[in-house]
Parts: sequence; structure tokens; C-alpha cells
Amino acid sequence: MNALGTVFLKEVRDNLRDRRTLLSALLMGPLFGPILFAFVINLSLKQSLSDDSEALDVPVIGREHAPNLIEYLQSHNINITEAPADRATAEEAVKTGDYDLVLVIPETFGDQLASSVPATIEVISDQANTQAERQSRRVMRALRSYNQALSAMRLLARGVSPVVLRPLNIDVVDVSTPSGRSALLLGMLSYFFLFALLTGGMNLAIDTTAGERERGSLEPLLCLPVTRDQLIFGKILAACAFMAVSLSLSLVAFHVTLKFIPLEKLGMTPNFGALVVVQAFLLLLPFTLLGASLMTLVASFTKSFKEAQTWLSVVLLAPTLPILIVSILMVRPSTALMFIPSLSQHLLLVGLIKNEPVNMLHVLVSVIGTLIIGGIMALICARLYRREGLLG
Amino acid sequence: MISVNDLHKSFGEVKAIDGVSFEAQNGRITGLLGPNGAGKSTTLRILYTVLKPDSGSATIDGIDVVADSLEARCRIGSLPHGSGLYPHLTARENIAYYAKLYRMSADAIDERVEQVVTQLDISAFADRRTKGFSHGQRTKVALARALVHEPRNIILDEPSNGLDVMATRSLRDLIRQLKSAGKCVLFSSHVMQEVAALCDEIVIIADGQVALHDSPDGIRNATGCEDLEDAFVKAIHSVETSP
Repeated sequence: MNALGTVFLKEVRDNLRDRRTLLSALLMGPLFGPILFAFVINLSLKQSLSDDSEALDVPVIGREHAPNLIEYLQSHNINITEAPADRATAEEAVKTGDYDLVLVIPETFGDQLASSVPATIEVISDQANTQAERQSRRVMRALRSYNQALSAMRLLARGVSPVVLRPLNIDVVDVSTPSGRSALLLGMLSYFFLFALLTGGMNLAIDTTAGERERGSLEPLLCLPVTRDQLIFGKILAACAFMAVSLSLSLVAFHVTLKFIPLEKLGMTPNFGALVVVQAFLLLLPFTLLGASLMTLVASFTKSFKEAQTWLSVVLLAPTLPILIVSILMVRPSTALMFIPSLSQHLLLVGLIKNEPVNMLHVLVSVIGTLIIGGIMALICARLYRREGLLG
Repeated sequence: MISVNDLHKSFGEVKAIDGVSFEAQNGRITGLLGPNGAGKSTTLRILYTVLKPDSGSATIDGIDVVADSLEARCRIGSLPHGSGLYPHLTARENIAYYAKLYRMSADAIDERVEQVVTQLDISAFADRRTKGFSHGQRTKVALARALVHEPRNIILDEPSNGLDVMATRSLRDLIRQLKSAGKCVLFSSHVMQEVAALCDEIVIIADGQVALHDSPDGIRNATGCEDLEDAFVKAIHSVETSP
């Protein structure tokens, strides 16, 4: 077997026995994304679903002044509960957070209503409190529709059709497909995958230079009748292999996680079946060469394992940058953008999840472009590995 | 046989070695002696090809270390300063990894690894991972690793550093064994007694230059000192005070 293969196999075996590598490559990296994702989605599901289906408790002062309104509110899934004795204590209680909001119906309410003067009603709430804000929005919505019902009745009583108050009929037609809507949320997936991929090879990339140096095994290694190119390419390939494993675990973990998240309740049906898992793996695979070379390159400038870890945690964030910029600018995929690694993978992946037809030219440019940049990085690594200063 | 001819090497402004020449013969033990920072390690690093000289040349069995470094490396077994092992591999795996990279055939490897394991008396811990090995155990494994491809020339950089009495003794025995097997052994040290006890030839280096190159007796005669340590101090002093 040639030297490159020997180095590759040794690195794989060595790192499979290293708890630190295993933890980050096979556990932390792949599972970080799915767990965070499931957590965030469940939280937002709870928030959005709890809104209208659950009864809302609203303390009301002066309920006896507006029996019709109270009945209307109760029919809209709002429970009327005990309130503080008077308006001043109510305000204080809302301020301290004992109550989220209090509805105050003044004594004059009935008279004002009867004489067709705008009847005052107060909603005491703390707008800085997000929980209270959502509740007050719901109460406001109920009050507004009561308002509309009353005005419609008044118009009818005067022989006017309530329709005259609706000169416009606004209808929003949403053309996004359920898969398309998921893409907004699932857009962050591509970063999780890139993160898992990079984490998988991080320890190997450090080991190639800083690690070997710190252990004192670099000098005897360089005395062997093996070219330095064979050594570094063997090591980079081993890092690629770990990255690929980490990536595939992460993809599978997501595939499984998504089955347990009721995304359809949010109006989303992400396209993330077994076929997409395989396609996504193939799309992201070229990024391993770039990731491994970039990390090896950065690590080669450091003096110790610890220092390398510090710098590489910055590299872990690097792929977010193009993704972030594009998400803010809302750029559509174009052939030119496919030359940018991490961005091209992100755009293609979002397309896959949205269930859009795959643009083969884009795929080709992304794969070849990323491989070329990765290859150049690897060559730079090899050049640096040939320096005398390598021994430190 | 190792031959060094007028080597120069600078790191920036600092001249590490400044015209070092000597020969180390087969079947003899040559000691490279000098104070810290004299240029011993730089000379050895050029010999096992991790550094390139600025000028001058060095050959291993007649093969130039710069022009044909891969071939030269095949003929050297080296123990660089503070030789590290892979902690997750067993001693045997560490040795076998090097054997593979020395392009030995798969059949030969097992047999040869077993030989060096016996020769260096490491069979008791050969199948344990090297994490947690004592310094003595690590040095033995590193030596086994350096000898696995049966090199004709052996270069050791301060091999006895940090070893206890027993380990030092077995290291000396090993070096004598290698000598009687006709190998060319070159090692560096800053401990006079060690060099005196072992070497057929002593090369004293100071300030990047060869101060003296002779047999222990020759050195005693040349400096007029009966005690080798005094001779060593005198030789170094003569270089450091010369303009």
C-alpha cells in the first residue's frame, strides 16, 4: 500500500480511538442542529397554537355594566375572572406583573352606549411584556369585532346596509406552497449541516500540524522516507472522511427528527425524505475538501492544540457569513452565486427542501467551484508543510 | 557511514552552525558533544533531512541528504529530540506504522516488529496504548520504531535525556550492540561521562564549529588534560575566545 493510504488509515484508526474526536465528530456536531431545531420549533408551535384554541382568562372590573359585551366575550373563548377591587390597584397589579392585563368597564358604559356616544372601555396592560402583549391583542381583536357587530346593527336600524362601510374587500392570495413556507424556517438547516461537517474534522485538522508538533511526533514523522505531500494529503483526506461521516449522521438525524415535529400544524410540509438526504449529502460532500484544507491551513499557523481550537471556532462560523448576507438581501439563486462555497450549498439545499426542480448547471458549478477552491487550499497547505519553520 | 562537509546554517541573524565537518564510520560510535545551543541538534536535523543547509553538504552512505533526501532517510534510523508517540495506538502499532511508511512488505513487518520488541525488551507493554507510558518506556518504543527498518546508520539526539539509571544502562547496551553489528552510530549529548563511556570518536562542537575531533585518548593528549571534562571545557573555551 502506498504511503498516502497508510497515513490515511492510521489517522482514521487513531481518531476512532480518540474520545475527543468521537464526541465532537459523531455526537456533538451531528446532534447539535437537530436538537436545537426541535427545541425552537416546538417552542414556536406552542406559542402560535396556544393562541386561539385555549381559553383566555381576563379579569374584568365592572362586568355588571356591560352584560351583553361579557356574553359576547365568553362566546369567543374568553373567561371572565375576578379582578382587583378598583382601577388604581388594577394598574399597580399589572405593573408588578401579578396580572397580564385587566379590562375596565366604567359605570357610564351602558348610558353612553344607549345614547350612541362612543362608549369608553379600558384595557390595562404592559406593552413591554410579550406574553401580555399577545393576550391584549386577542382581547382587542374580540372587542373590535364586537364594535363592528354593534355598528352593523346601528346601521341596519337606520335602514342602511352595513356593506357601505366596507368600500374595499381585501383578499390576500398566498401562492407559497407548504414546502415553500418551510424553507424559511429550514433555511437555517444548511448551516447546521455545514457546522456538523466542519466539527467532524476539526481535531484531525489540528492534529496534522499543531497536534503532531505538541506531541513531539512531527519531527520523527518527517524523517521517514515519505514526501510531505503524501503526509499532508493523507491527513486531509482522513479529515474529509470524518467530515463526511459527521455530515451523513447529521442529515439522518434531521430526517428522523422531522418525523416527530408536527410541522404541518405550522402549515409546512418540508421535503426531507430519504432521497433528499442522499441528494443533500452529495451536494455538501465537496465542501469537506474545502473545510478540511481551510482548517488545516488555519491550524498550521498556531503553536498549540488549544490555540488552534480557538482559531478554528472562528472558522466554524465562517460559512454563516455568505448565508446571512444572502438571507438579508433575499437574493435568488444565480449561476454566479454558485461559485461561492457554503452559499451555493445553502441555496441548492433550500431549493431541494422547497421541492423546486434541480438546476443541473447550478449543481455542476457549485460542485466544481467548491472542489477547485478546496484543492487550491490543500495545495497551499502542502506548500506550508514543506517549510522548514514547520517544526516551530 | 555519515560524512559532513563544511555545513553552514543560519536562522535569521543567528548562525547556528558555521562550517561543521566530520565523518562517522561504520562499526564505530561517534559522539557529538557540546554545550546547549552549540549546534548539535541543527547538525543532526540536517542529517535526517528535516532542515536544509545554507551551504556545505552531508552524505549518508554516499547519498546526498539534500539531493536525494528520500533515499537518505531510508538509510537512517533516527531518534529526534523528544520523540513523540501516538497515544491512542499501542506500542506495537506505533512501530508497525513506521515500518509501513519505510515501505516494508506486509509479511516482513510482523516479523521485524517482533524482533525489535524483543531486542528492546518491551514485550511486557507492547500491546498497551502508549498513553501514560513512562519516559523510559516511551524512549524504548521510539528507539524500536527507529530501528525497525534495519538502518545502517543510527542518529540519536540526546537519547539519554531524562532517563533513569537502569534505562540509561540498557540504552548504552543497545548502542554497543548496534556497534558490534557494524552500524554507524552518531549521537549527541552534553553529558561528558556518557560520551566518554561509550564513544570511539568524539566531536566537540562549540559556537557552531568543530572544536576537536579525536578519540577520547587523543582528546586527552591534545588538551593536556587527564580528565575528559577538563579537556571538554578547555576545548570549548579555545573556540569561544578565538576571534
